[in-house]
Amino acid sequence: MGHTLVEKVIGNKVGREVTPGEIVTVDVDWCMVDDIMVPFCVSKFEEMGFKKVYDPDKIVLIYDHFLPASQVDDSRHFRVGNEFAAKYGLKNVHRTDGVCHQLMTEAGYVKPGDIAFGTDSHTVTYGCVGAFSTGIGYTEMAGILGTGQLWIKVPETIKVQVDGKLPANVTSKDVILRVLGDLTASGATYQSLEFVGSTIDDMSISSRMAMSNMAVECGAKNGIFVPDEKTCEYCGIEYTDEIRALRPDEDAVYARVMKYRAEDMVPVLACPSQVDNIKDVSELEGKQVDEVFLGSCTNGRLEDLHVAAEIMKGKKKAPFVQFIVTPASRKIYKEALDDGTLQILSDAGAIITTPGCGLCCGRAGGILTDYEVVVATNNRNFLGRMGTSKVQIYLASPATAAATALTGVITAAK
Amino acid sequence: MGRIFKFNKDVDTDQIIASQYLLFPTVDEMKTHTFESLNDTFASDVKPGDFVVADENFGCGSSREQAPSVLKALGVKAVVAKSFARIFYRNSINIGMPVIVSKELYDVVKEGDEMEMDLENGTITTGGKTYTCTKLPAKMQEILDQGGLIASLNRED
Repeated sequence: MGHTLVEKVIGNKVGREVTPGEIVTVDVDWCMVDDIMVPFCVSKFEEMGFKKVYDPDKIVLIYDHFLPASQVDDSRHFRVGNEFAAKYGLKNVHRTDGVCHQLMTEAGYVKPGDIAFGTDSHTVTYGCVGAFSTGIGYTEMAGILGTGQLWIKVPETIKVQVDGKLPANVTSKDVILRVLGDLTASGATYQSLEFVGSTIDDMSISSRMAMSNMAVECGAKNGIFVPDEKTCEYCGIEYTDEIRALRPDEDAVYARVMKYRAEDMVPVLACPSQVDNIKDVSELEGKQVDEVFLGSCTNGRLEDLHVAAEIMKGKKKAPFVQFIVTPASRKIYKEALDDGTLQILSDAGAIITTPGCGLCCGRAGGILTDYEVVVATNNRNFLGRMGTSKVQIYLASPATAAATALTGVITAAK
Repeated sequence: MGRIFKFNKDVDTDQIIASQYLLFPTVDEMKTHTFESLNDTFASDVKPGDFVVADENFGCGSSREQAPSVLKALGVKAVVAKSFARIFYRNSINIGMPVIVSKELYDVVKEGDEMEMDLENGTITTGGKTYTCTKLPAKMQEILDQGGLIASLNRED
């Protein structure tokens, strides 16, 4: 019997073939702890009585949700992290470099075939390079920091196949939102999403990241892409036979297969307040918005900023709209600065903020109040996520966000 | 006997405990904001030994362990749902809070009903009827039996 991609990645780690449903213990390649969870994780680690971490070089601390600190106790999290890093010899500490899920591949940690866990649910993002990665709680993370291992249930796989060429105003964000709408918020619980097809092959790693990032929104344990030459170039590694072998078998067994034609895709929005509440942008065109947010680990990459800059070049945002742009990392910020993208967005009236989680987790500048409407490129529109529980959050692609910022009403890009 | 607090499907972790409260240093300081956006009297009404009963996909969204932790801190004896989101489920077991899958219970009880739970036998009794719940995987039952992951790791030493 053949195997799906996630079965192969896990099987390689445990040194034998694995079957969905079985519970295996894996050695962990990477642990990511974000600033919110640092103090909780540290206190559990101490409560467990560990005297050292399993491997200081495999642990990455990233400060991103609280940057720059906006509430009086935020900086305590940085202090606890710094003390922990000093005490146990951790060198991989990112204090102002960007969103954790951007950095874990961008900064050269997670590679094809790796197994990674993080204290944030969007840890699923690293499936973009053919790794198995998923979010866990801080007690569980504390256990890994001490033992280097975690038990996991081998998931069943849902194959998501997209073939053809996407229309010009449709991005990978629209594709994943469509898939989430079809699967629903619990449609892939405990399962793995495997993205394949010619549309996927043609996508950049950045575009794939937007999709793996949102796999968790249908309950999936991970979302994974076959690593190819582009992946290896992005990771700065050679495309070896070992990596070539990381692909699903022809006779792999799937729990479900979903097929899409790229040409059928249209710009869509996730409407309040569930990520699976998907509507075509055309159905909502004309609805007035108060704010537009372009950023996050879903869509704060250079290609996302380029999409917006192309739409907004030489134009101004609608006067009453707050347009907030948050590059996902310092590297992206610098590249967008150097190639003139930030100039274009600033001239269009954007508020450009420091790289980090920013508005996505409701902790930074731009939070909204009752009945206000925001079109945002991040991954969640839950009640109260970006302000009060009566804020209306619509999730969209960078193209839809930029077009909307120009008009001040929900608008599809041309 | 404990009282039932009922919640719909797809209750996410932001609804259980919103992210602005995650900066509070302890779970005890967060717990008064539990379910604030859905039921703002829940935290003051709930008593130790009460139950949360929910529809499908309870606890979806973020990986915040504070979500099961605030429920445990308020004394919720167990969460019974038609299904749970993956991370919430693992986190609950790891902190030693029972999460029980019952496909039937949600549809037969109403807010404020009383119920009794026999964890050992996996049964729930309410309104004069007894319901059998789905068993945990052995690995998880073992962790839960030992009172959570910390106790379980300490035992392995």
